[in-house]
Amino acid sequence: MTAATDAAERLLRRRAAEVEEEDDDDNVRIDAFLHHFREEDKEDEAAPAKLSARNLNFYYGGQQALFENNLDIAEGKITAIIGPSGCGKSTHIRIYNRIFELYGNQRAEGEVLLDGKNLLDPGTDLIELRRRVGMIFQKPTPFPLSVFENVAYGLRLHFKMPKSELNGRVESALKKAALFEEVKDKLDKPGVALSGGQQQRLCIARTIALEPEILLMDEPTSAIDPVATRKVEELAESLKGNFTIAIVTHSMQQAARISDFTAFFYKGHIVEYGLTRELFTNPKQKQTEDYITGRFG
Amino acid sequence: MEHHSQTERHQGWKTSKSTDMIFRGITAACAALVLIVMAGIFASLLWNSLPSIRHSGISFLFSKAWDPVSNEFGALSSIYGTLMSTAIAMLLAVPLSMVIALFLVELAPPKVSYVVGSAIELLAAVPSIIYGMWGLFVFAPFMADHIQPLLSKYLGWLPLFQGPEMGIGMMTAGIILALMILPFISTVMRDVFAMVPDVMKEAGYGMGATTWEVTKDVTIRYGIQGMIGACLLGLGRAIGETMAVTFVIGNSSDIFISLFEAGNSIASRLANEFAEASDPMYMSALMELGLVLFLMTFGLQVVTQLWLKRVKRKMGGDLL
Repeated sequence: MTAATDAAERLLRRRAAEVEEEDDDDNVRIDAFLHHFREEDKEDEAAPAKLSARNLNFYYGGQQALFENNLDIAEGKITAIIGPSGCGKSTHIRIYNRIFELYGNQRAEGEVLLDGKNLLDPGTDLIELRRRVGMIFQKPTPFPLSVFENVAYGLRLHFKMPKSELNGRVESALKKAALFEEVKDKLDKPGVALSGGQQQRLCIARTIALEPEILLMDEPTSAIDPVATRKVEELAESLKGNFTIAIVTHSMQQAARISDFTAFFYKGHIVEYGLTRELFTNPKQKQTEDYITGRFG
Repeated sequence: MEHHSQTERHQGWKTSKSTDMIFRGITAACAALVLIVMAGIFASLLWNSLPSIRHSGISFLFSKAWDPVSNEFGALSSIYGTLMSTAIAMLLAVPLSMVIALFLVELAPPKVSYVVGSAIELLAAVPSIIYGMWGLFVFAPFMADHIQPLLSKYLGWLPLFQGPEMGIGMMTAGIILALMILPFISTVMRDVFAMVPDVMKEAGYGMGATTWEVTKDVTIRYGIQGMIGACLLGLGRAIGETMAVTFVIGNSSDIFISLFEAGNSIASRLANEFAEASDPMYMSALMELGLVLFLMTFGLQVVTQLWLKRVKRKMGGDLL
């Protein structure tokens, strides 16, 4: 099992032994405590990959930004992508929904397997792909529409449904995004009139209304205040299981708080990837250790 | 050396207070100049048209009789011509400009966008007399020979497309006007669309929207204010355009339903008749025509601004 949990066990037992003489109660408590983590780790590790990057390279014009990235995004889990500015975190997840293709000079090579199928194939239906792989951006991006119409936007694009069903799905998406109570009286108000944090959750509601399989979050809390940040984090935690989440974040605390897996990027390379608890307590690479202990970045 | 530069800088700070005052004074004066000129023009127009206002009263606006010999002046045909030619121009130029701007920003490869964009900007620099001459000598015959027969053949059941196929007339004036304002509207719209943040478009595409859907739901909505600004710019030019319209509108004082018929606009009438207005009442009537044009553009501006305010409030501000 994981070395981190093992290390924690040794530490706890030694502490218990030091404080007073061997006590069975203590050991039982420690066992229960560790058992919980071990089970969690075991479950996390058993999760199959929903999305796998294989030998992924990326170029801005002639400049290579990503080098031979290999990464599995576990189904139903939260995978955090951390690293210093400009290390290619955002670039990496922007390949997953092929949004980078809006810009002519950007190019990806390699494979990204979504349920085993390479989504970089030229034959991939981008509209279908983007319905399955939703994206939340750094800044809230409410459309110049009402709160209701913002959430209904994707539903109207992809499905034909009676008004009553539309209402239901908008409401359910807002509830899942933990926003419904705050906006139920202003559904016809402009989306941009909400606070920054509410706008971001509105965008999440808009995205999950489509019931995507994967949710890509590109530093979703970098433009909102701490309280709103906490809400978005709680939201992400509540959404996992139903959704596979990949979140790019500047904040290591955020990665440690909410993610199950973490990948550490540095200069376009994936330096280390593993269970979050493992990576933060027992990094295998020197660079990872330097970064998470705040020596650079 | 160090000390020297220190004092120099310090003196700079000291004087900067008074230079700031001067700077502010100059800029304020320049800004005020605009208002003064505007008010001055309005006042002199009003003053000079007083005799005509007293002479013709309100019927000036509702009569189409224009007979300087018997001192009968009615502006209706000119107002109608101005509005009609402008409406034709806007009807043609706005959708076309929008499509061009969207192509340049959203669809064209950067190089193509640059070349086409520059060409359109050059079009804006062509003097209006050139449009007038080209309109009269090249375009009007073309209209008469090709476009108007076609229109009357297929749309001839509409009163709009009946009558003599002479080439010159209301429709030709409108088309020439459309060509003239097209570069202004499309370049401003291009800049507006280019200013819509990429991340907003990405959000649209990220939802699985097509280019068309992103364009209509994000880009256009986001840029609505700037787009209306662009249209206003074009409208302002079209409504007062003189030279080109005078050449091709036909200069008749009548009002016809048919767009093939000749007409006149306020600006074309002024250009045609100022030189021969020897009688003070005639002159005053022309001044009043100018006043009407001035008020029309002014009123248009006010209405649009109010409407924009409403749009802005409805969408929650934060628009371009």
